[in-house]
Amino acid sequence: MEYFVQQLINGITLGSIYGLIAIGYTMVFGIIGMVNFAHGDVFMVSAFIALIAFLILTTWLGITSIALALFIVLVVAMLFTSLVNWVIERIAYRPLRGSFRLAPLISAIGMSIFLSNFVQVTQGPRNKSIPPMVQGEFVLFNQNNFPVTLSYKQLIIWGVTAVLLLAFWYLVAKTRLGRAQRACEQDQKMAALVGVDVDRTISMTFVIAAALAAVAGTMYLMYYGVVTFSDGFVPGVKAFTAAVLGGIGSLPGAVVGGLLIGLIETFWSAYFSIDYKDVAAFSVLAITLIFLPQGLFGRPDVEKV
Amino acid sequence: MASGAQSGRVDMTGALRDAGFTGLVAFGVLLPLIGFLTGVDGSNQLVLTTRWPLLLAIVAVVAVCRFLYCFAIMPWLARRAQQPIRAASQAWRGIVANWFVPFGIAFLIIYPVIVYLTAGTSGGQKWIDNFGIQILIYVMLGWGLNIVVGLAGLLDLGYVAFYAVGAYSYALLAKTFGLTFWILLPLAGMLSSFWGILLGFPVLRLRGDYLAIVTLAFGEIIRLILINWTALTNGYAGITGIPRPTFFGIPFNANDDGFAATFGLPFSPLYRVIFLYYLILALALLTCFVTVRLRRLPIGRAWEALREDEIACRSLGINTTNTKLTAFAMGAMFAGFAGSFFAAREAFISPESFTFIESATILAIVVLGGMGSQVGVVIAAIAMIGGTEILRELDFLKSIFGPTFDPTQYRMLLFGFAMVAIMIWRPRGLISTREPSVFLKRRKTIAADLVKQGRG
Repeated sequence: MEYFVQQLINGITLGSIYGLIAIGYTMVFGIIGMVNFAHGDVFMVSAFIALIAFLILTTWLGITSIALALFIVLVVAMLFTSLVNWVIERIAYRPLRGSFRLAPLISAIGMSIFLSNFVQVTQGPRNKSIPPMVQGEFVLFNQNNFPVTLSYKQLIIWGVTAVLLLAFWYLVAKTRLGRAQRACEQDQKMAALVGVDVDRTISMTFVIAAALAAVAGTMYLMYYGVVTFSDGFVPGVKAFTAAVLGGIGSLPGAVVGGLLIGLIETFWSAYFSIDYKDVAAFSVLAITLIFLPQGLFGRPDVEKV
Repeated sequence: MASGAQSGRVDMTGALRDAGFTGLVAFGVLLPLIGFLTGVDGSNQLVLTTRWPLLLAIVAVVAVCRFLYCFAIMPWLARRAQQPIRAASQAWRGIVANWFVPFGIAFLIIYPVIVYLTAGTSGGQKWIDNFGIQILIYVMLGWGLNIVVGLAGLLDLGYVAFYAVGAYSYALLAKTFGLTFWILLPLAGMLSSFWGILLGFPVLRLRGDYLAIVTLAFGEIIRLILINWTALTNGYAGITGIPRPTFFGIPFNANDDGFAATFGLPFSPLYRVIFLYYLILALALLTCFVTVRLRRLPIGRAWEALREDEIACRSLGINTTNTKLTAFAMGAMFAGFAGSFFAAREAFISPESFTFIESATILAIVVLGGMGSQVGVVIAAIAMIGGTEILRELDFLKSIFGPTFDPTQYRMLLFGFAMVAIMIWRPRGLISTREPSVFLKRRKTIAADLVKQGRG
């Protein structure tokens, strides 16, 4: 029981991170129907930006308040990652609109390879580890000498994810931009006819996706304290799995899918075999696509001539 | 900037403004990752150093390039697009296209002789092994994947899994049962295509991009199993001492029954390398031959029809699942052949050789060469794999950029960049087989609405 509760806590934490990345996949897919393969690497880049911002703040500026430092790091990472993704969209995806169907995906694969190797070349191939940012934990209860703990950093991840999801939900459901996004998702030509700036809306979608990935990247860095250039690939595929499991194109689906993937991975590692935890996540992807291609919350995909 | 480009007029202030904005964006994008370098100090703590000169230099280069693009290149392109195309270039192209293939094959056949005569024994071994065999393996893999991606339009991101199946089949069966290379070569191909059918059957109903991700997942699953099933595969450590192929039963070693002794020649490791070279050349040409012939059969036409429009295919009564499965199995079979050759050549395999990057490299070769083009694959493989090998040789760059400069680490960076660039400038690849032969006034590629690709 106590082991189970502890794994549940860990799984939800991991799932929050996957969910934040998964929103990026699902939004981009919803609006331009493309699997943004480079999104995992954008997440990795954001973790590096957060790492550099954190080092500037702590070693150069000597900020000792961790809460302040974390907040600034989060904002800086979101800003720069958004800029990076905005540029990527302009360079690698926008010229391909209207090209054949697999062209954006191939371009995104190229971008993914480019980003991870760019980081490898500019920052070196070694693991970058930082001293723990946040320490300490609550002991929820202690049974059979097994304390069930909820660490502060897990709590921060839960809190930040919840707040950002609320803000994000408000953005999509209530604002002009969100309305434009939903309009573009349904019918781009029609949206353009009624005065929605489609290009700008798509750009903003990439910006928001990157900002959420940057939150995930900062949380990842804070949680694990280590990041390397190849860290984008596996979390990226798992987050994509989450988006597919939740039903690609569906925003609540991405969050639920993320939590489910986090829980599946954690429980699989805890009760079966940690060696095969990635196999479990990838198998979920294959099984979902084969038996439930529209996911939990998605609409079935209708093929039109 | 936009108005200047359309009328072909030169717009100085617009170009300057554009260049300034581009420079500013480049500064923002590159500031964190190039402006700062994270390194470790003596006590293993992360420390930051700055690289302002490098950052400013790159930003300046980007801004100047953008300025030149807006100021000179774009108006020039706009003017060029309005000019009629000369017919002479078409005739010249026809001559090249007709003679390229026979000359290419003849060159490949005499390549080891040329190398041996010019570079001698030790240098010749390097040139045949690193350039010849290495490139031909990728040419073969590219041709195999071309069946799946180029002809049938199925984007397969896990192609290396079948390469791994072939390599491990050869390694395990040869070590356990002592079977020879010539028995195991077809067996490895059969096993690979069996795996292709097994994995393909449930997923080939999926749409193009989903299929790509699922094949990626399968590729990773197979690699993770190879890593973790240590009882069978020896995990990360890999399998060593895999038997080498023999010359119809005569091994390439220094013993009395070896190749050199049998034919009364002095022993040299070069014979094995040359033998392997001709072996992979034959395998690659077999792949190409089978593909070219299959393309003219009903099945090949069905593949290409499937790539263009799946719904139309179905309405014409083509069994799309079976058609896709044959393409998948055929591609997997050639990957299996190449895999068993790889295991036999290296005599050592480990899961490290079968990562996603390998799949991406092979895919990049197919995409850059032009999906569906056999010659394009060869050119792309020479450019990418040969280019990598040449990067290793560029020692003079070290004298420019300092002794720590390692050109090979830029290899994948260039790969990724090339994939994006090709998709933007020539989405059909370097050699695009479906460029229009007739056009009115303007040279332009066919709009994507007319040729829908990759619905599979």
